[in-house]
Amino acid sequence: MRITVNGESIGLEDRYTVLDLIERYHLADQPCAVEINRQLVPKAHHREHRLTEGDEVEIVTLVGGG
Amino acid sequence: MTPQLQVSSDSLLTLGGHTFASRLIVGTGKYESYEIMQEALDASGAEVVTVAVRRERLLDDNGRSLFDFIDTDRYTILPNTAGCFTADDAVRVARLGREILQQMANPGQDWVKLEVLGDPQTLLPDPMGTLEACQTLVGDGFRVLCYSTDDPVMAVRLRDAGATSVMPAGSPIGSGRGIANPAAITILLEMLKDPARGGEPDYPVIVDAGVGAPSDVTTAMELGADGVLLNTGIAHARDPVQMARAMKAACEAGYLGFRAGRIPKRMYATASSPWAGLISPIPGE
Repeated sequence: MRITVNGESIGLEDRYTVLDLIERYHLADQPCAVEINRQLVPKAHHREHRLTEGDEVEIVTLVGGG
Repeated sequence: MTPQLQVSSDSLLTLGGHTFASRLIVGTGKYESYEIMQEALDASGAEVVTVAVRRERLLDDNGRSLFDFIDTDRYTILPNTAGCFTADDAVRVARLGREILQQMANPGQDWVKLEVLGDPQTLLPDPMGTLEACQTLVGDGFRVLCYSTDDPVMAVRLRDAGATSVMPAGSPIGSGRGIANPAAITILLEMLKDPARGGEPDYPVIVDAGVGAPSDVTTAMELGADGVLLNTGIAHARDPVQMARAMKAACEAGYLGFRAGRIPKRMYATASSPWAGLISPIPGE
């Protein structure tokens, strides 16, 4: 399947979870938050939440700002 | 013309259920390096620092993180919705920021600095979008610190919508123009704080944006603001650490000055030394 992560289209095997995606980018231990199709997916749901074709995923963190 | 605001007896700043000794809130953006930022935050004496929510740089996994340089046990993190131009986007970003701070168990997880912008060049807030997002976020359990214009009526609307604090801009973000309209800030403070006008003396008002010099911070505090939020004025100073120290002193000076109660301005002089006992004549007498 294909999904979009932070604006980039990527191909993934089926049955991929949010946690799999986070681990793919080595972010499992980093402070980050995930939104799928404009809805927040809390960390407690990352393990069971399966990605589906066409999902638009945002993975965000905190940066310097005013 | 001096503000006739009631002075709270408490020298601590109570903001959204948090209590702080420092009345300066500083941003963490635009620093030349994380090391300078860290030193400037320390020199400012701030206990609250703002951060922004942005996409992870997914391919740059050897980059250093902001939080390698911010002690989250020391600072309460105030996430912002900077860069959002619609209420919906600001609400999304606020929820994402809360999600991250919950993971970090930082006390800032329950609040947000709400910015909904109306124009990319001036970065002026969109009043309608700000009000809409404030209502949604308050309903979602957030304590909302609202970046706003210095319009007193807008400030009242935001307070009535449940904003924890209204944060009027002194002048546009990053402009360094200071408190462009002190009269507007004064009226805003009266409308939010004067019981005779339906206000509450302890309702916190933070002047946010536009600070260029320490005297701008002092001016805001002398007018009766509860605190000042700034970023660029420190981060882009020639010596950010020295400037952070200056801003801290300026904030304290303005706060003490407001509490002490300044003299009214007069058109003419009043002599500090007595007329009586002069050995020389006074012209015209």
